[in-house]
Amino acid sequence: MSTDAPALRRPLSTRKPWRLSVIAFYALMVVLTIPFLFPAWWMVTSSFKPLSQVLEFPPTLLPRTFTLDAYVAVFEQPFVQQYFNSMYIAVLVTIGTLVISSMAGYAFARISFPGVNVLFLLILVGLMLPVEVTIIPLFQLFNGVGLTNTHWPLIIMPMFGASAVMGTFVMRQFFLGIPKELEDAGFIDGLSRFGTFRRIALPLARPSLAAVAILSFLSSWNSFLEPLVFLSSKTNFTLPLALTQYTDATGVPIWNVQQAAATLTVLPVLLVFIFAQRHFVQGLSQSGIKG
Amino acid sequence: MTAPFGPALAAGDATRVPRAGRPRKRSGARRAEVRTGLLMVSPAILGAIVFVIYPLMMLVWYSLQEWRPLAGGPVFTGLDNYVRLVNDPSLRESLTATAIFSVGLVTLNIALALVLAVLLNQKMRGTTVFRTIFFSPVVVSLVAWTLVWTFLLQNNGGINGFLSVIGIDGVNWLREPGWAMASVIVVQVFKGVGLNMILLLAALQEVPEELVEAGRLDGAGRIRIFRSITLPLISPTLLLVSIVTIIGSLQVFAQIRVMTDGGPANSTNVLANYLYQTAFEVKEFGYGSAVGVVLFALVLLLTLVQWTARKKWVHDEH
Repeated sequence: MSTDAPALRRPLSTRKPWRLSVIAFYALMVVLTIPFLFPAWWMVTSSFKPLSQVLEFPPTLLPRTFTLDAYVAVFEQPFVQQYFNSMYIAVLVTIGTLVISSMAGYAFARISFPGVNVLFLLILVGLMLPVEVTIIPLFQLFNGVGLTNTHWPLIIMPMFGASAVMGTFVMRQFFLGIPKELEDAGFIDGLSRFGTFRRIALPLARPSLAAVAILSFLSSWNSFLEPLVFLSSKTNFTLPLALTQYTDATGVPIWNVQQAAATLTVLPVLLVFIFAQRHFVQGLSQSGIKG
Repeated sequence: MTAPFGPALAAGDATRVPRAGRPRKRSGARRAEVRTGLLMVSPAILGAIVFVIYPLMMLVWYSLQEWRPLAGGPVFTGLDNYVRLVNDPSLRESLTATAIFSVGLVTLNIALALVLAVLLNQKMRGTTVFRTIFFSPVVVSLVAWTLVWTFLLQNNGGINGFLSVIGIDGVNWLREPGWAMASVIVVQVFKGVGLNMILLLAALQEVPEELVEAGRLDGAGRIRIFRSITLPLISPTLLLVSIVTIIGSLQVFAQIRVMTDGGPANSTNVLANYLYQTAFEVKEFGYGSAVGVVLFALVLLLTLVQWTARKKWVHDEH
């Protein structure tokens, strides 16, 4: 294959974009955004419709009658409590994961100690194992110590288990990549190994820490199976579980109320994402794990 | 530089644990260093043992028992649960549903991700805005996303409403076997395609422009250039992204539970949902654990494929 093209010193794209192709490009892009944007539009507008109009025919893009009834109904439920539950659990999981995984990631990358390979293998097994597989023994484990229908499993499990394992891996990859010479300055200044980690390595790791924080926050905020299995009383519910509970006595969803609750759930994360989207995109793609 | 594929993908080279290449220190300092290292990994290791290794071992142990928490047990029954699995029509349906879901999801997801990545790789204004839009469902709550689509896909819901406005009689999407599976797949594709799009876009941007230009000088058209130059260059990423997507698809639970709960007629009852139903609705912990072992075997198999593929591709790149 000839790769000596640069010798010709041609400008890379010589063709002027054709007007029609520009229009076609944007038309295609706009059509492609529909399945990504329309659900959000439908969710928000339906939340302002009265229940009698959410499934009416022909469908309306805007509420014919604008009402806040659905939102009032949402707050008649322990929604604020559930919001708080989701929030504080996700924050604790995130902080715990950052602490545990940055230490472990650093030690695996930098310190040689006996058994390091075997211990790292444990992390790799954890990396691969989805919680769906082990949910029965995990339930039994927490049931045995009387911690079902509490938030403990939702906090401890990811903080020490799945999120920590993912974080350890991401942090280790990062610490492997920073030059040892940077740390030698710390040793010369008389810092201990841990001091070097705290003062020199950790501050450098901010982008990877951000990625781990985003991933562990999102995975806690969105988790569904664990709250479904562990929680039984409404005031203990987290948001994803609570969202599925806006139904009438026969189990049919009360659509407008459900969509109102969904809107309130989605909005804060979406706003943060829009303002910090570069970090999200980089963080998530660097680590490649789905939230 | 960070590997473009994260932990799951990079795991192939993970067995190489670096030696601290520092000059040998006095044994006192060395001992302190070892102690620090062990202390720093101990919370994560303890966590991995308690919440990963121990449950995995217990899963296998439970799978050898007859255990219905409401009725009695556990009683050790050897391989009885596995014999039952082999003859269980629901498990067969579940494996079929899992296979259809995984293959459908990975095919559609990768195809769409590739199209979007190629479009976003054009030098056009506003691609950042479009990228943000396509990526946004990735960060949106899974249950909220699924609920909105469930609402849209009701028989008298929004989609059928708009379809009949233009004169098309829609089907009852979530209540007819083939359509229910198609709906579940498509909804999940839109949810997650943004992540693969980003990974493929990164790979596309690594394709050297000189090669594309060389192809153009040789008189190749756009499609020819894409097929003969771009595609082979991004195929390692394509392969690895596909495997990760398949592994992820084995864990699908909330979507199924919320949209169809495995119905109609078990047509969307993927393994994770079958496991949940068996263990927490029918309350059979022993048999549910056996289903868990099957799920684990599948994940393990695909992970090994992924690691092998990763190793092979990494070597081919050099």
